[in-house]
Amino acid sequence: MSELLHTPAADLAGLIASGRASSREVTQAHLDRIEAVDAGVRAFLHVDGERALAAADAVDAKRSSGGQLGPLAGVPVAIKDIFCMSGAPTTAGSRILEGWRPPYNATVTQRVLDADLVVLGKTNLDEFAMGSSTENSGFFTTHNPWDLERIPGGSGGGSAAALASFEAPLALGTDTGGSIRQPASVTGTVGVKPTYGGTSRYGVVAMASSLDQPGPCGRTVLDTALLHQVIAGWDPLDSTSIDAPVPDVVAAARAADVKGMRLGVVKELGGEGYASGVEQRFREALDVLADAGAEIVEVSCPNFRYALGAYYLIMPSEVSSNLARFDAMRYGLRLGDDGTAGAEEVMARTRGAGFGAEVKRRIIIGTYALSSGYYDAYYGSAQKARTLIARDFERAFEKVDVLVSPTTPTTAFRIGERADDPLAMYAADLCTIPSNMAGNTAGSFPCGLAPEDGLPVGFQVMAPVLADDRVYRVGAALERQLADRWGGLLTDQLWARENGGAR
Amino acid sequence: MALTTSEVARLAALARITLSQDELSRLAPQLDVILEAVAQVTEVAGDDVPPMSHALPLTNVFRPDQVRSSLPVEAVLAGAPAVEDDRFRVPRILGEEQ
Repeated sequence: MSELLHTPAADLAGLIASGRASSREVTQAHLDRIEAVDAGVRAFLHVDGERALAAADAVDAKRSSGGQLGPLAGVPVAIKDIFCMSGAPTTAGSRILEGWRPPYNATVTQRVLDADLVVLGKTNLDEFAMGSSTENSGFFTTHNPWDLERIPGGSGGGSAAALASFEAPLALGTDTGGSIRQPASVTGTVGVKPTYGGTSRYGVVAMASSLDQPGPCGRTVLDTALLHQVIAGWDPLDSTSIDAPVPDVVAAARAADVKGMRLGVVKELGGEGYASGVEQRFREALDVLADAGAEIVEVSCPNFRYALGAYYLIMPSEVSSNLARFDAMRYGLRLGDDGTAGAEEVMARTRGAGFGAEVKRRIIIGTYALSSGYYDAYYGSAQKARTLIARDFERAFEKVDVLVSPTTPTTAFRIGERADDPLAMYAADLCTIPSNMAGNTAGSFPCGLAPEDGLPVGFQVMAPVLADDRVYRVGAALERQLADRWGGLLTDQLWARENGGAR
Repeated sequence: MALTTSEVARLAALARITLSQDELSRLAPQLDVILEAVAQVTEVAGDDVPPMSHALPLTNVFRPDQVRSSLPVEAVLAGAPAVEDDRFRVPRILGEEQ
């Protein structure tokens, strides 16, 4: 049974399709694993074993009756609890939505179900995806499987921890400023933010609509690409979705070939504030890719230094507008409705009690940045900085095929370490935010353990709009080269540690 | 630029969030630090730089004007905090000062 937990999703699908394992066996193994380890990891907000096994049985029945199975049919997946799923609790990590069960599926959820994946449950996140550690979850903090006293990243820490603890072979995330890539980085897993508009936002609880982007998470690059292919593509229900063919990310992951590619190292994403082990593993990864035939050059993106500041004006502005929908009228929590209090009072009391500290901070910053007299100085300037960041990318991509950097400046920090220091917490997204601002695609791939603390380091690959395949091509080449040196994936080392070194 | 607790209280009122005195006194200095850190973007705001509101250059997007089924009333009201006569029941909205 334990071998099934350790098998990549692509291979699990093969076992299921050929009848060597049933989807029920695979699903049950993962449910048992969740039962065994999630009390310590706390990756899941909600697990529905009955629903998962029923879905698994349906796949097994489809197979035995000769039905056509997709490339991930019968494989379990964990869904970040920000995607609506019909009948399943969807909280976005907030008390204000506790107990709400959406009457419809997000497009991404629907595509996962249509592709016959088996949904295990919903994973924990920072409230409304606002955070880099899951400590802002309205329910509890998720722990990093590499060291349970450390954060698993955020906001998608639940999905990343579920992967690293072998509770699920695949997971879904959303990335507004790094919420897929930073958790992938600190858990030694893979996560990709598709090109903005590459995946549908319909049915995803909105945080900052011009930045939010759903994406795939996995332990291998190919698994992640297969999930990307399932969820991506035009959706008429999302007006910002791109009506163009999905780049062939699966072929790129299989090719794993960087010969002749030009990789630009972003000069500004390194140096002061970056852990020495992070910089060391990053440089070693560059050497590995150079050995595999890539050309490494240095590139300057001078306006990236404004990205964090611009992000913390644009994002809260959009947050303050998007979260106005939590008004205690149509769904979610309502407090103080005693028959005499008016609607506005009920609304304010409900929002005061239902939102956590970080959500309140961001709504109020956004309200300030958008208020008359400050709008031009703050929001207007931030939008101009956004233009300059996008231009830096354009200029860089004239010279190189992809840009690379560490995914996040440090390895996983300790739970509680940055909880009372918002600015220190925000710095975790320093390298990931530029791609959200410009809307291009980027992914994080494991590149080793930092010597000083033995914790995973992530290698970020950024590619132009609709060149998602390049992210996978470079990530897969790195994975292949490193696997040759290590004798497997980075997460295999975690597995071996837990299972006495036996593969 | 220093934010006072009364300014934060005003912003919270605009955002329809009730904050305790404790929260107000904790938030004001935190917001100050954050605003100071982000203020560096005003350095780059040259008149020659156009603002960017969105990652993609999209104009209006229309879908075909086709009749589609909507969610059943029961499904939508199932998540409501209060329901009456097949409708959302809301607290009174008139007679308030604002």
